[in-house]
Amino acid sequence: MRNFAIALAAATLVLGAGAGAVSAGEYEITVDRVGIDTGDFTRTGVGFNGASPGPVLRFREGEDVTIRVTNNLTESTSIHWHGLILPYQQDGVPGISYPGIPAGETFTYRFPIVQSGTYWFHSHTGFQEPDGAYGAIVIEPKEPEPYAWDREYVVQLADAHPHSGNRIMRNLKMMPDYYNRKQRTLFDFLGDAEDKGFGAALSDRKAWGDMRMMPTDIEDLQGFTPLINGKGPAQNWTGLFSPGERVRLRFINSSAMTYFDIRIPGLEMTVVQADGNEVQPVVVDEFRIAVAETFDVIVEPKDDRAYTIFAESMGRTAYGRGTLAPREGMASEVPALRQAPLLTMADMGMAHGEHGGMDGDMAHAAMGHEPPKPEAVDHSKMDHSAMGHDAPKPEAMDQSKMDHAAMGHDAPKPEAMDDSEMDHAAMGHGESEPLRGPDPFYAPGSGLKPEAADGGRFLSYADLKARAPLYPHRPATREIELELTGNMERYTWSINGVKYADAEPIRLQYGERVRFKFVNTTMMTHPMHLHGMWSILDNGSGEWNPIKHVISVAPGTTVYMETEVDAPGQWAFHCHLSYHADAGMFRKVIVEGGPPEEAADLAERERG
Amino acid sequence: MHRFWKRLAGALIPAALAASAAEAEPLIWGIQVEQAEYRIGEGSDVAAWDFDVLAGSDELKVVWRSEGEYATGEEAFETLENQLRLQTPVTDFFDAVAGVRLDTPKGPDRIHGVIGLHGLTRQWFEVDADLFVSDHPSFRFEVEYEGLITNRIVFVPSIEFDLPFTDDAATGQGAFGPTLEVGGRISYDLVDRLVSPYVGVHYERKFGETADLARADGEEAGAVFFVIGTRFMF
Repeated sequence: MRNFAIALAAATLVLGAGAGAVSAGEYEITVDRVGIDTGDFTRTGVGFNGASPGPVLRFREGEDVTIRVTNNLTESTSIHWHGLILPYQQDGVPGISYPGIPAGETFTYRFPIVQSGTYWFHSHTGFQEPDGAYGAIVIEPKEPEPYAWDREYVVQLADAHPHSGNRIMRNLKMMPDYYNRKQRTLFDFLGDAEDKGFGAALSDRKAWGDMRMMPTDIEDLQGFTPLINGKGPAQNWTGLFSPGERVRLRFINSSAMTYFDIRIPGLEMTVVQADGNEVQPVVVDEFRIAVAETFDVIVEPKDDRAYTIFAESMGRTAYGRGTLAPREGMASEVPALRQAPLLTMADMGMAHGEHGGMDGDMAHAAMGHEPPKPEAVDHSKMDHSAMGHDAPKPEAMDQSKMDHAAMGHDAPKPEAMDDSEMDHAAMGHGESEPLRGPDPFYAPGSGLKPEAADGGRFLSYADLKARAPLYPHRPATREIELELTGNMERYTWSINGVKYADAEPIRLQYGERVRFKFVNTTMMTHPMHLHGMWSILDNGSGEWNPIKHVISVAPGTTVYMETEVDAPGQWAFHCHLSYHADAGMFRKVIVEGGPPEEAADLAERERG
Repeated sequence: MHRFWKRLAGALIPAALAASAAEAEPLIWGIQVEQAEYRIGEGSDVAAWDFDVLAGSDELKVVWRSEGEYATGEEAFETLENQLRLQTPVTDFFDAVAGVRLDTPKGPDRIHGVIGLHGLTRQWFEVDADLFVSDHPSFRFEVEYEGLITNRIVFVPSIEFDLPFTDDAATGQGAFGPTLEVGGRISYDLVDRLVSPYVGVHYERKFGETADLARADGEEAGAVFFVIGTRFMF
């Protein structure tokens, strides 16, 4: 009870801080054991300031913040400021930034706020984040944003599970399909046989059985209740509006494991920010939010009626639901879950082996991504023909290195700049729906490619263009290939076949621009998150490539991102699916060089 | 085997030094009870179990495997074996196994060394192939399949084949006289995958010299049982 009272007092303080009751830039956060009630089940979990989700922290671009975090747990904890650009010692990752915050102790974070937008924070210790330790961050910009809205809400999604994170991980290790209740059954087989003939149904089964993989491996973790701002579907979180108002919704996916497809039937959404950064506005009917991403949208509900915010899990096993309404207590129709998707052989990366050209690279080329310079073309082809994605890892690695050396990646070619302009001309963004080509961020023939519920427009990564580039556009100084790897049957996850515990850090040099090539050879979608520096998604928009902190990589695809290496120190780089990260799809990144005092501090740390 | 010992060392040594590694991997542990059942037959009824208790890492697990059959009429263990096994991955889907097996049923005790393979074949067959090395060597092959009727009702056919290589009259084994067990169990996942009660049939048949020894002992060479039991996983 006493803890609760303290937490309550602290929560009041934080709320007060927003209102200017406490000197600006000072925040208190406690990490507490809390009760969580989803409407479907109750459990104990971990929260901030006595609640899960924690508070919405409101910062101002340009201020220096001081945040005292007191650990009221009986175990160590941490807070990571997801997407924030800050000194690495303040990043909050135990074992990389600092040792963590021991039970009963207070750690004081101090850092300048150098950006604006929607972000979030969460524990980076064990499974405290899946257990409820997450909150939202809203940063007011120095300069007003180039669009207007009358009111705004944070819409923070989560996938609360009745089992603790530790128990989930143990169960997954014992039996990887423990939480998959969408497997193909005898009745599915009979249905298939009826639909496409016994022979076809059998050969489909055989093909999957030969690989010992399941077309239903879309959600590792089922049986959760999606939450919107801590409320389950029955508890119906509600945001009020007056008809005709423009409402800004700051969507944050704080789930441990769940991608959501989000729509508000009856309303178009204008996407204005992705991962906290301004994008050229895109009007969509539905969008997919990867784990840890944020999207800001503006909606204009004109009618005096309730609108349902419907967040369907990608595997269609559950939905989150909230409401926008003119008055409390109103509700609108809740759509039914659509049919669960099934993975196809394209998602399995079968295309890699069988037809070398049909993977994500091909899609890139098809987008007009293909650089005009012969040597650059060679590069993409060589990677392809030489690498054989299903070849054993060590060789693949060597070859990628050889490619680099041979291809002159570290010699920036100014001509490569041209390709961005080409892309623009060729890509035809903003064309009406029928003219848009296949989504290059899904393997051709993928079972995962989303479609808007009522035939409208579904946001693609290809639609995202930065409103203003953060960095001068320049060619990458080198490319690093990261194959996303795993063994579903053993529930091991890794990068280039090596899990975190056995991996060497990735070393980057301060001042370089690194191009990361993600090759997803697993059957799952991985939201890759680099701490401390921006991830510039290469979606063919060249200098207007969007600036993100999470890059989602669908199965059977190759996706590129570039990073201006401008933050010395050591950083985490990982898949944001909690159980994948914990199982080893994680790397430490060390940025060497940079300002002398930072470099000295880093050298000290590496020795120690 | 070189790889095996390297992994053994790799798994055991860091455990002691885990404090230095921020990313110390947590211990994986669990209990998998494949069978805990009562077999009702024409002769004596039998209480039987088959479980694994395991602990370790991705690279190396220690497994206590126990199997037993207790004849309620005779109030004696027809079979009672315990194995302590080390298990390490050798391919994407197969683990190598090495350990010891101690048999302590009615009659004389036996100790065997165990080497084997444990894993998942194409088309999802769960396979155990073990060679038991001792004065009375034998080979055992077990295969099991989980057929999903629905996502909660599961049909599990299984076959176990034991082949002794030498005579061991004291334990009723005749050289190259195999014992075959065939089962079919339908389970329902009552609580998650924690408790899955089942009913089924279990058939046992001895062949060759082993069958002769059984008959000489006044037993049938083959028997069919109706079974009721539960799977359990924690």
